[in-house]
Amino acid sequence: MSNAVTVNAASKIFPLARGKSVVALEEIDLAVAPGEFVSLIGPSGCGKSTLLRLIADLDQPTSGSIEVFGKTARQARIDQDYGIAFQQAGLLPWRSVTGNIELPLELHGVGKTARRARAAELLALVGLSDFADRYPDQLSGGMQQRVAIARSLAESPELLLMDEPFGALDEMTRERMQDELVRLCAETGAAVVFVTHSIPEAVFLSDRVVVISPRPGRIREIVPVGLGSAGNREEGLREASGFFAAVSAVREALHGAPTAEVRGGETR
Amino acid sequence: MTRTRGILLGVVGVVLLGVLWEAYKALGPANGFVINGLTVLPRTNDLAMPHLVTMFTRLFEPVTSAPGSPALWSAVVQAAGFSLGIAAVGWIIGVVVGMLLAVLMQRFRTAESALLPWVVLSQTVPLIALAPLVAGIGAQLRFGEARWQDWMSVALIASYLAFFPVSVGALRGLESPDRAHVELMRTYAVGWWKTLITLRIPASIPYLLPALRLAAANAVIGTVVAEVSIGLRGGVGRMMIEYASASSGDPGKPWAPIFGAVVIGLIAAGLVAAIGLGLRKYRQGEVPA
Repeated sequence: MSNAVTVNAASKIFPLARGKSVVALEEIDLAVAPGEFVSLIGPSGCGKSTLLRLIADLDQPTSGSIEVFGKTARQARIDQDYGIAFQQAGLLPWRSVTGNIELPLELHGVGKTARRARAAELLALVGLSDFADRYPDQLSGGMQQRVAIARSLAESPELLLMDEPFGALDEMTRERMQDELVRLCAETGAAVVFVTHSIPEAVFLSDRVVVISPRPGRIREIVPVGLGSAGNREEGLREASGFFAAVSAVREALHGAPTAEVRGGETR
Repeated sequence: MTRTRGILLGVVGVVLLGVLWEAYKALGPANGFVINGLTVLPRTNDLAMPHLVTMFTRLFEPVTSAPGSPALWSAVVQAAGFSLGIAAVGWIIGVVVGMLLAVLMQRFRTAESALLPWVVLSQTVPLIALAPLVAGIGAQLRFGEARWQDWMSVALIASYLAFFPVSVGALRGLESPDRAHVELMRTYAVGWWKTLITLRIPASIPYLLPALRLAAANAVIGTVVAEVSIGLRGGVGRMMIEYASASSGDPGKPWAPIFGAVVIGLIAAGLVAAIGLGLRKYRQGEVPA
């Protein structure tokens, strides 16, 4: 069975003016198993979002290769093998909540009744059934983000790509959304690549946390969290000792002495 | 509350204009203000500035003293209807052409660099120079049995003024979607056409509506001016010229087609506002998450 995501020695160099360039990612190797939840964490500008964009085929690597379910990233995008959610909910303001969730289905020619049924199902999943006919500007930021997540799940993808989806939410909403996401992952069994700059968030959600160092973006360490399968996680976990141990491990990896050598050996 | 307030303020504005007119007429010097031989404010006699009452009562008198002549207002309404029809045709052509140009410019960067300067430049050509040219070329056209009519030249010139705000406004609107939205469409692996229909055109509507209103105003002005310079009978433009010559003996009469033109403008603006009402849901902003 092929990996959900396989990144092979991928580098990304952005050209700047006057012949200069910036190395956003250097020689990244990473494998995400089906159903696995992997967080990418690192300081701003370390290239974690760029890595996600490469997997989503919104950018192409300068060298190296990326496979999604054994296909090229481009083919996976065309085959709609992943769902994606960004920091901004990115809902279309002229469409109702239902209309927004139906958008990908509509674009890919799913019939009207099937669309309605799927949207109702997803709305129930994210707890917004009462808001089906509202418009995005009538929803709070957290609700908008739940709609965006429902939209990313519309075509039952085996892989979810999330770029700081809770970044703009307040702490309480954020924790509730994390609980919901854990539940959604348990129910759908999708693999997730999750970009964040919050250590507790990464630890709470993930099977493994990938710590990336900036300029050039490299994998410094991959911390296995091992707090149990998604189905067994719940609110109390945030106060368990294993949680704190993992938070410390990630923090040390983030702030640890800058190493010349890439220590992410376990991915090779 | 704000609605009644708006209507009230509009009425106050119109009344104020009338009061200003009558006050100056009553208080201003009969020969106007003259500085160094230059008249900077008009004469206040009944010929130059007729009373508002004269203008309105004149509307209900016959057009001429000839027997069987219809009331002036009905002649103006007929002429205004004729001009409004031509302006509407010009507006529709202008909107279609403007939209097509905008879509073309959005699709191809090179088309934008190649077309946009010409679009802007097109508006610097004086209408007066253009009108006889269009009429002259049109007169040589034959479509089988059908022949080019003068009203078509007028509509064409109206569309020439109307397309400009639409093409510029629509281009801005088509390019207005957030990068995140455009990338979302890319992740859905849909092409340019579907992106245009589901994302760019709906997103362009807040930009398009003011452009449509401008286009409507431009189409009305273009129609009136082109009627004058081509000499097309039947509309308010020609009527203004005809009645102006009567002003020495009948000062209220030339104001009638001017009121007609104002009414056309109001109707045109009202129709566009009605379109905006129909597209209400495309105009609500998204609260940032």
